[in-house]
Formats: sequence, C-alpha cells, structure tokens
Amino acid sequence: MILAVASGKGGTGKTTVSVNLARSTGSAVQLLDCDVEEPNAHLFLCGLKTGSEIVTIPIPEVDESLCDACGECGRFCRYHAIVSFGASPLVFPEMCHGCGGCTLVCPRGAIREIGRRVGVVETQEVDGITLIQGRIDIGVAMAPPLIRAVKSRMNSKGATVILDAPPGTSCPVIATLRGSDYVLLVTEPTPFGLHDLRLAVDMVRELTIPFGVVVNRMGVGDDRVHQFCREQEIPILLEIPDDRRIAEAYSRGELVVDALPEYRSHFATLLWNIRDSRRSQS
Amino acid sequence: MKVAFTTSGQNLDAPMDARFGRATGFLVYDTDSDTFEPVDNQQSVNTAQGAGIQATEAIVRHGANCLVTGHCGPNAFRALSAAGIRIYTTEAATVAEALEAFRAGTLATINSADVEGHWS
Repeated sequence: MILAVASGKGGTGKTTVSVNLARSTGSAVQLLDCDVEEPNAHLFLCGLKTGSEIVTIPIPEVDESLCDACGECGRFCRYHAIVSFGASPLVFPEMCHGCGGCTLVCPRGAIREIGRRVGVVETQEVDGITLIQGRIDIGVAMAPPLIRAVKSRMNSKGATVILDAPPGTSCPVIATLRGSDYVLLVTEPTPFGLHDLRLAVDMVRELTIPFGVVVNRMGVGDDRVHQFCREQEIPILLEIPDDRRIAEAYSRGELVVDALPEYRSHFATLLWNIRDSRRSQS
Repeated sequence: MKVAFTTSGQNLDAPMDARFGRATGFLVYDTDSDTFEPVDNQQSVNTAQGAGIQATEAIVRHGANCLVTGHCGPNAFRALSAAGIRIYTTEAATVAEALEAFRAGTLATINSADVEGHWS
C-alpha cells in the first residue's frame, strides 16, 4: 500500500505521523520524504547513509551555428524559458520545466538537451525502515521533478510505502499524492487547521483517492474540525492529544512511540483504521 | 522611433504603471508620426511565470525600440537587451509626463536590472 501523509496547513504533524507510522508497521517499510524543500524525517531516523544521487532536469542548449533564428522554440514554450528576438534564442534555465518540446519543434535540429542539477536523492537504512529523501538545491524553485525522482525509487511490491508530503495543495503536493492508494490528512482543531483542511479535502476528492483525517493536538481550539468531518462523512482515524511530552520528545528528535510507549497502540490502531477505511471507500 | 510606456490606461493622460512584466498594458508611441497605440498585456499579467519575457515579446511585436517604465527585473532585462530595446526608468505620474521627460532627454537609462524578479 502506498500511503501519503498530507495536510493543508503546515506544522500540523505530518512528519510526526509519518515517522511513527513507519516505526509501527512492524515490517520492511519505505518512508519517502517528499517535502524536498525542507526534508526533516531524517532528524528522527538516524541511520546509515547508503546512497546519494544527483538529480537533473533536461534544459535546452542551442547550437548557434545551426540556428536560423526562426523562433519556433520560443513560440512553442509556454513557460517562456526559451525566446528568440531575430537572433539565436535566449534560454532561461530556471524557467524550464524540462518538457523537451523545443528540441522537438526545432526544424534545424539546433537544440539539444543538457542536464541542469536540481537536487539530490539520499537513501538511508534505519532498523528496517528505508528512508529516501529529496533535497532540493538552494535557488531551485521547481520541486515536482525532484519529488518524481524520489518516488521513482519506490518499491511498493507487497510492502508499505509512506509518503511524507509537503504542506499545501499546490504542484509539489499533487506530485507527491498522485498514484497513492490512501491519503491521511493531518490537521489540528483550530480555525486555521479547518480552513486548510477544507482545501486539502477538495484536492484529494479531485484526485479521487480514498482519505481520512488525523486530528493532532486534541484539546486545543474548538470542535469545528469534528463538525466538518461529521457533515462531510470523513472518517477521523486518530486523535493525538495535545500532550506536552510529545512536543518534548519531538524537540529531542525522538519518536513518540519510542519515548512514550503508551502511544504505540494509537499508531497500531491508526494502521488498522487506514486499512478499514480504504476497504470501505474503494 | 517607437517608445513603449507601461500604463493601465488607453491615452496619454493615463497613469504610468511602475511594473513592466505585469503592467496592465502599454502605450506604444511613435515619435515620428506623434501617434500612439494601446497594447494589452493581460496575457503576461495572468502568466504563471516569465511575465517580463512575454511582455518583451509583446512590445517587440509592436515595433518598440525603447521602453519607459518604473523598474525592470533580471529576466526582463536580459530579454529586453537581447531584443535591442533601450530601457529608461521614470517616476513620472502619467504617460504624458514621462513622454515629455523622454523627449527632453532627462530620463535615465539602466544597464542592469534594478529590482529582483517578482518585486511588486
């Protein structure tokens, strides 16, 4: 099963849920940290680094001796990454999405693709958990190509894969969620939490992936998240109390299930609830 | 010579728009015939990225040789330079005032971007 952990709002506890679930599955599990702009699952899982690979996207390089400045490449590129003003085209590498269209439309074959580094994919092994994380280079704005590179290392045959998504509802999140079997939306019972949960629910419904909610920091805020879930018939699969000891363990980089054994049953139950909810929604 | 002014209006009394890439539109003024033509820039305003590059394409299509605007970011500057367009900056309130200053030769040209991308 490919399980994605997402949220509208940032800081609701996606990584807490992801790493503790990974530890609770009890079998070989892959944890993919797709929050490539600020991967943090590794802070909780210190293991042996087993690999680091550079990820590039293809960008155009123009051979000026072949180019006749026809401008076809610029007319094709919807991202304005290549443009010609009656001379050899200008390339704006940071705008390029790497689609390769300009190389295809160039009638003179003057454009070839070269790699532009966008980040790295790092792998480590920690007590049966294979952690694969993307780390985007500073100054690179486009996360989805790197997220796809992280996901290409996925091996879901019979095993559990947990995807720790970035917050929000934009392209990096879509790139993470696409192809997953179930989405856990982590929220908190506050007006901010609810506002962004609504956006996240709309997004997951659009993607037609079964989903359920985890309410973190139960005890703060109000009951509107619960009311919303009731009205929308969205299952709440786990409530994590607003327990100061959880925050303290987190601040030390410890897993909740290690530091506070009484919470082990919470995450074991969550796994059951996910399987149940997935069955009933499919 | 044709000069493009960034503006939200349709005539010389219209206010200048300090942005280039995401300016509402342009007035392309022909100094030889003293006529002008409004050019819409809605496509660049709504584009996800590369507004300055697309805006450059728009004013090039309308034959502009010079641009008078408030500020110019790095990608717009590269594109405008490649297209051979001279860039002047002004704080004039209206197109007419900017045109007057352009004619009087008191506008400063810039030789590099004067703001970061997405500054406004």
